[in-house]
Amino acid sequence: MALPPPDPQFVLRGTSAAVHTLHFSCGGQEPDVPVLFSGSENGLIHVWNLKTHRVDTALDGHGRKSVYCVETMGGKNRLLSQGRDQRICLWDLAEGRTAVMDSVFMENVGFCRCSLLMVAQGRWLMAMAAKALEEVQVLELPSKTSVCTLKPEAGAKLGMPMCLKLWQLSGGSQPLLLAGYEDGSVVLWNLSMGKALSQLACHQEPVMSLDFDSEKAKGISGSSEKVLSIWSLNEQQNLQVYKTHNLVNAGISDITIRPDKKIVATAGWDHRIRIFGWKKLKPLAVLDYHTATVHCVSFSNHKNPRERLLAAGSKDHRISIWSIYTQT
Amino acid sequence: MSALLWEVCQQPVQVGSQELQEALLNRIVCLPNHVSNKLEGKNPPVFFPQNYFPFLGGTIIQVLQKISDSLRGGLDCSICFVSHVLGKVCIHGRQKEILGILVPSLMELTKSDCIWQRICWRLVEYVPDRWMEAVVLGFVQQTPGADVLSRLLGNLVVKSMKAQFVVTQKMLLLQYGHTTAVLQNLLGYLALDSLRRALLIKALQELLETWSSSSAVRHSPPEQQQYISKAILICLSHLKETEIESCRQELLTSMMEGVKCHLDSSLPQIRHLGMIVAESISAKINTDGPVLKFQYEENDEARELKSLLVQTPPFCAVSSLACDDRNEKADSALPVVLESNDKSHAAAPVMLDEEQNTELDSDDDLIPYDMSEDKEVKIKAPVYIRDCIEVLTGCEDMDKWEATVKALESLVRKNPEATREVSVELAKILLHLEEKTYIEGFVELRQRAQVAVLTTDPIPVAKYLTSQFYSLNYSLHQRMDILDVLVLSAQELSYPKSHWKTKHSGAPKPCIQLPHGSDSSKDWRRIVDERIKNKTRRFATGHSQVELASGPNEFNSVAGHFFFPLIQHFDRPLTTFDLLGEDHFVLGRLVHALAVLMYLAVNTVAVAAMGKALLEFVWALRFHTDSYVRQGLLCCISSLLFSVPAECLLEDMTEELLETQSWLGGKRRWCTPVFFWFMVRSLCSISDCDGSRRVLVSYTRDLHSTCIYCLLV
Repeated sequence: MALPPPDPQFVLRGTSAAVHTLHFSCGGQEPDVPVLFSGSENGLIHVWNLKTHRVDTALDGHGRKSVYCVETMGGKNRLLSQGRDQRICLWDLAEGRTAVMDSVFMENVGFCRCSLLMVAQGRWLMAMAAKALEEVQVLELPSKTSVCTLKPEAGAKLGMPMCLKLWQLSGGSQPLLLAGYEDGSVVLWNLSMGKALSQLACHQEPVMSLDFDSEKAKGISGSSEKVLSIWSLNEQQNLQVYKTHNLVNAGISDITIRPDKKIVATAGWDHRIRIFGWKKLKPLAVLDYHTATVHCVSFSNHKNPRERLLAAGSKDHRISIWSIYTQT
Repeated sequence: MSALLWEVCQQPVQVGSQELQEALLNRIVCLPNHVSNKLEGKNPPVFFPQNYFPFLGGTIIQVLQKISDSLRGGLDCSICFVSHVLGKVCIHGRQKEILGILVPSLMELTKSDCIWQRICWRLVEYVPDRWMEAVVLGFVQQTPGADVLSRLLGNLVVKSMKAQFVVTQKMLLLQYGHTTAVLQNLLGYLALDSLRRALLIKALQELLETWSSSSAVRHSPPEQQQYISKAILICLSHLKETEIESCRQELLTSMMEGVKCHLDSSLPQIRHLGMIVAESISAKINTDGPVLKFQYEENDEARELKSLLVQTPPFCAVSSLACDDRNEKADSALPVVLESNDKSHAAAPVMLDEEQNTELDSDDDLIPYDMSEDKEVKIKAPVYIRDCIEVLTGCEDMDKWEATVKALESLVRKNPEATREVSVELAKILLHLEEKTYIEGFVELRQRAQVAVLTTDPIPVAKYLTSQFYSLNYSLHQRMDILDVLVLSAQELSYPKSHWKTKHSGAPKPCIQLPHGSDSSKDWRRIVDERIKNKTRRFATGHSQVELASGPNEFNSVAGHFFFPLIQHFDRPLTTFDLLGEDHFVLGRLVHALAVLMYLAVNTVAVAAMGKALLEFVWALRFHTDSYVRQGLLCCISSLLFSVPAECLLEDMTEELLETQSWLGGKRRWCTPVFFWFMVRSLCSISDCDGSRRVLVSYTRDLHSTCIYCLLV
């Protein structure tokens, strides 16, 4: 008899609005407290102290419009947040400051989260949906100069970009972008040529989320259907379907591969978090705690693997924190 | 023959020889007829028109050859007679035969020789005006491209007024049977010379005038409008920047006018045409600014129209040779692509295998937890009608709302008693129900629920719905929904089988039931039947007869409640709803709905009164401008003739019928079947002979099934 699934290690309450995005910053040295950033529908970004389980600060920079993406840039003192007020804000949180240093105005009004990639010390690339319906724009931060605009061929009918993932192979090779589109296809873009390298129709419905493991050249995507699609990238830079996995209930809002590439977590519209083994997509656990759609899942970046956490934010205003498969 | 023609050509024209020429012309052209008349069936094949006229064509070429030789030699001769022959042959309808020979050879000969070109121009020029149309039409149809046409005809349209009229007016605005290739030829020809370009612009202006005239949009057939739209698009493709610049303002005004009257049309095809043409015009006149953009279905027709905007290069316009060439090229290109695809596919499996080998059993160190609780999430739909009302009126939970909308119809049908308590309230909620979140087939689900409510409690709900049809503050869509629901419910009520089935599907319930009168009587019937069956011995079993489902017509008692409130207030305009004015589309739907209600009311008590009211209604609207409404009126009359018993027709409404008859007997050709039927039927009811009546009934069925089918779809 298999063990019953675990309960959450603890639950963070008090955002008083649906939680749309989560991001850990736990990699610091000892005097630094591990924190969790959460962005919620009422436009606030909460900084949770994971020692006390209390809110340290609440950042208000998006005019009470929903915040749907939060990322740190380097340490926990530089933060990037994206909101429905069409702005991407860069925060300076060092020494207790809570100031927006800079912001980028997005001309797109979709729900596509931006994607961030550090290319050199103090230099980042950020991909975001552009003004024109099907286009993706890549900027360099903090200079905000435009690197390229990725435009599908005329008549490709991809629809809006739904999710983005910038990545590069280790050792400073050129960065690539994976984008999931409204028509269910995933496209691999070469940023320097501004050209699509490969396209794969993964789903019938819009791709809601994707994540990619650059070591194994393998990625996973979820949509509003009952299917998870796992695809791989061969040496000719061609995407091909590797496997599909059928779910019990339809709808995936977020997918994350744990940084050690051992497990994957999905956030389901059926209120459940699912854990799979990454290598063969073996179902491992179904975490049923929330009472409404789970919007996001995120893994912590603790130095010690035993402390690693999984966090899930839901429409029911709660953030559940789990400690699962930490022994391996 | 060629010698004869040549001789006539050499003679200078004299007054006396005119008659001789005339006679000669007649003989030459009508030779096949004369010969076949004389020989009466033993006609040699060479004199069959399909052989003779190509032969004549060949002869003409020979003569023209001689003429060109003599012109080169400095001798003068007239081509006039040959032109006359050509014209006469064409007007006799033999363009295809003669030009089929002439055009290809002339095409070859005129390619580089300017004397031949002049000869050819003269040949067409000298055709008398009365035959010009046939000749020009023949040339336009036979030549493979605009450039060839331009070489053969020269500036004919500038020189001959008749030809100009044929090309710019008759073929564009009056006729509409020509193919797109002919249109492209014609307009391409106009565009190829600077003298003729003025005519092209003039033609475009006239086309646009027709296109933007609301009367033309309303009264001309869709095929003609499509033809005109095509012509406009081809013209636009030929226009240059500067030319557009010069008539931008005119284009803009006619586009605005045209869009308005096209979008006003009740035919979707016309609306599409309007959108496509307007988009194209606006794209042409605003090259840099914002352009019009409509949402419509991208079908074959739309694609074809849009492809006309891209000008085909003049040398391969219609020529089949070029087409074949291109196909071949495409074919040869295809395998290369396929091969490369194959390669990538072949590479794929290898990769997969490798990967799988390295990953064998690698997830095993992760022990799964118990996942037996992971079941499909089902949202419970409410089980009581009153709960449904609560959910539909003020529930924020979309999943629950969706489940309710899906469950409502069956719930209503299962609980008629409970529904009757809240029927009007429920009808009101359903009428105002909007799609809060996307549900597949929402419109149909809502409609089925509405029909269920209306059939469960017909009188109060019909009263409510018909009163709402004429009240303020409803959208046209809601008003048409009301009509649809009334029609579908009437259909269900009057149709015995569906009624029977639904009643029984809801019958077996586990709870204790009070013995209803009707139910117990049915049980009694069944028990007796069974007993008789058990006690009866059968020696032979014949063909078992299929028993037709039968039951009381439930529509009988309520037909009036459906019908009369609808017909009463049509002539009272409200501030938001004007049936007789601009909302004529709803009027059309109303008229059709009335026709169906009339049809379904056959064999009911109220049918005579309904018929009388309907005839008066039809009479009031008989000169309506919208064809959809008029079509509905005809449906009304035919269903009236079908439903109302003949005695009532002849006794109670003789006068009205005679009025209608005189209206139908008028100019409307397409309603003759109805009229014919009406005549036969009135005769029949008097003589009452069985045979003809049977024929009649089947005929009516056909007529009706087509009418009713059109309405229900």
